[in-house]
Amino acid sequence: MIYLDNSATTKPDQQILASYTKAATDFFGNPSSIHSIGMDAERLLRKSREQAASLLEVNHQEIVFTSGGTEGNNLAIKGIALQHQSRGKHIITSSIEHPSVLEACQGLEMLGFEVSYVDVNKSGLIDIDSLKQKIREDTILVSIMHVNNEIGTIQPIKQIGEIVKQYPKAFFHVDHVQGFGKVSMPLYECHVDLCTISGHKFHGLKGTGLLYVRNGVKFYSLAHGGGQERAIRSGTENVPGIVALVKAMRLAKEKQENITTKLPVLQQKLINHLEKNKRIVINTPTEQVAPHILNFSIPGIKPEVVIHALEQYDIYISTKSACASKSTDESAVLIACGKPRNVAISGLRISMSYETTEKDIDYLCEKLDDIIQNLRKVMG
Amino acid sequence: MQYEHILIRYGELTLKGRNRKLFTTQLAENVRQALIKFPAVKVQKNHDRMYIVLNGENPEPILERCSTIFGIQSMSLAIKVANEEEAIKEQALKLLLDSKNIRTFKVSTKRSNKDFPIGSQEFNHILGGYLLNNSENITVDVHYPDLEISVDIRTEATYLTSKKIRGAAGLPVGSSGKALLLLSGGIDSPVAGYLAMKRGMQLEAIHFHSPPYTSDRAMEKVLDLAEKLSFYGHSVKVHIVPFTALQQKVHREIPHGYSMTVMRRMMMRISEAFARKKGILSLITGESLGQVASQTMESMYAINAVTSYPVIRPLITMDKTEIISISEEINMYDISIRPYEDCCTVFVPNAPKTKPRLEKVEQFEASLIFEPDIEEIVEAIETVEIKTRESQEQELDDLL
Repeated sequence: MIYLDNSATTKPDQQILASYTKAATDFFGNPSSIHSIGMDAERLLRKSREQAASLLEVNHQEIVFTSGGTEGNNLAIKGIALQHQSRGKHIITSSIEHPSVLEACQGLEMLGFEVSYVDVNKSGLIDIDSLKQKIREDTILVSIMHVNNEIGTIQPIKQIGEIVKQYPKAFFHVDHVQGFGKVSMPLYECHVDLCTISGHKFHGLKGTGLLYVRNGVKFYSLAHGGGQERAIRSGTENVPGIVALVKAMRLAKEKQENITTKLPVLQQKLINHLEKNKRIVINTPTEQVAPHILNFSIPGIKPEVVIHALEQYDIYISTKSACASKSTDESAVLIACGKPRNVAISGLRISMSYETTEKDIDYLCEKLDDIIQNLRKVMG
Repeated sequence: MQYEHILIRYGELTLKGRNRKLFTTQLAENVRQALIKFPAVKVQKNHDRMYIVLNGENPEPILERCSTIFGIQSMSLAIKVANEEEAIKEQALKLLLDSKNIRTFKVSTKRSNKDFPIGSQEFNHILGGYLLNNSENITVDVHYPDLEISVDIRTEATYLTSKKIRGAAGLPVGSSGKALLLLSGGIDSPVAGYLAMKRGMQLEAIHFHSPPYTSDRAMEKVLDLAEKLSFYGHSVKVHIVPFTALQQKVHREIPHGYSMTVMRRMMMRISEAFARKKGILSLITGESLGQVASQTMESMYAINAVTSYPVIRPLITMDKTEIISISEEINMYDISIRPYEDCCTVFVPNAPKTKPRLEKVEQFEASLIFEPDIEEIVEAIETVEIKTRESQEQELDDLL
């Protein structure tokens, strides 16, 4: 199996699964229970939180464990908007965000909030001037993703953070789901107030994640109850899931150097190969880009057909983001980058992990050539 | 720039005259213990300074670890060069060019090796001139330089250093004897322990545990605090006192207004007896004058009357806010405020006497037979070593 859909989800690491099972078996207590079984779970939870904080170079009180990216993004956006609506009802985001950000913002529009969408250029980069024009005195939240999930563009988070910082009423949220473990983003240095991370994107488990909430940021809870996670997210803590997340974070950090040296080479190799074919359009920009994603289109050929054709060789890639691939057939991200419709409806994404080898990429290239040649015969 | 040494400057130690060697030997030992996880490094002791030979280890984590060791005034990364003018020039230039955001510099030479042919003033000029001629946009400022390059010409070699990193100051833990800290788990007692360590005291801690009135979490908290304290010196042992039965007895037999005073006297008696057994010569408490009923002058008089031991109270004149700010600085505060009851809060009467009278206390105690209880308790004290705890922690770490 050559699995190249790691931006959709990754294969869980065996060591992480082992930790999960052991934590679920031996530390099943409710951390809030006052007996020693509860205490053991609480200790493990505390240690996990401290380790997560130290990996992110933040304070342990700033970690809120969640169920993943969608919850983290919703919690950040709605929690801030509802809490601080008396300061203003204006929110800024970009046109290439993940649906969990865009839809959350649209949900708030129905409640009377105003949302401005910052444009991106051809490479998918936020237009800083457009942001400067759109940010106002009553802006309470700016939500921008770090690494784009479809094409891999890295946004200038620090630069954006510095702009938002000049507006003391505005909070800055970053969707770091595709960036963690691949592209560094020092939270304090970038003036980030809230940051979403999801465990299953780096060989952890689904249903695990965290939201970084800078000390002092007030929040409207979306899950009222027993007051867990600083009362931002009540509910009995998923201790084994949290253990799995934190272990995955540690392993991802340890492998990050490997990723940042190895994957760009594989990525370039892919580009060099695809560029030879005149019918292929490469959508991933050449600069400011994460090393694990490569997006390209073969206009005129339905992307689903390519995916199924590759599947016959046990190779797995994807169309646009898995979360969006069920809706309309054109990619909103590619449209936002100014791609023509025939390119935007035929996007394909290869997303690698530290497990991807050069051999995998060679095999993919070979099979892709065959498939394209065959399909051209059939589809013209 | 590849640094090979960390230079450690002693603080007050150098004032200690003929006893100095005792202090420096203790410090070297503490540094060695603290750096046990870096097997490649070597600690070399001199009479007026110490060198950590890095042997290829990354200096950053070592500097960080050393920043909590008492007895170190300051530290600098150092380059060791042969006592030759050209070699010194070459390395000093490298040091200057490697420093970022530097506009001005200054050279200060110290020449304790009088065999070196150039005087220190003259060498300042020679080296300063050389650095000026071989760099761009950098000038000399002898008053407020961005970078001060210190050249220390000694018999064995010359050491070049630039930035000074502040140490924890104080005296090396272990150089001022051993004391028994009454550690409750609140904010004050760990700070008291920390301050005593800063003056070179080695600590063992005693904790009064009253299950089922106090929980394992309260004990856990104390062990966490002791572990943090260990970071500033030697590993701190925690002696756990089974206090329930005696505490119940006091509560039952003594009028409520006086039960707190009597309980405190029992704690002192147990602590002293245990310290005596261990050959420890003083007790430390986190008392601060006027903070609670047991910390009035009258209370302290009545409580202190049971012991002839020195009772050291490092916080006695401090405000609560001052204590809290130290607690935060040394990362104990978060642990201290975990909301679990300790033995001092479980049987607290509604209106404890703030001005207990010693005669009355003694009168109430006269009808109580407690000496056998104390003997029994002292025998039953259990000791938790941070090291044994580490193996339990290891289990959690392995999961993560």
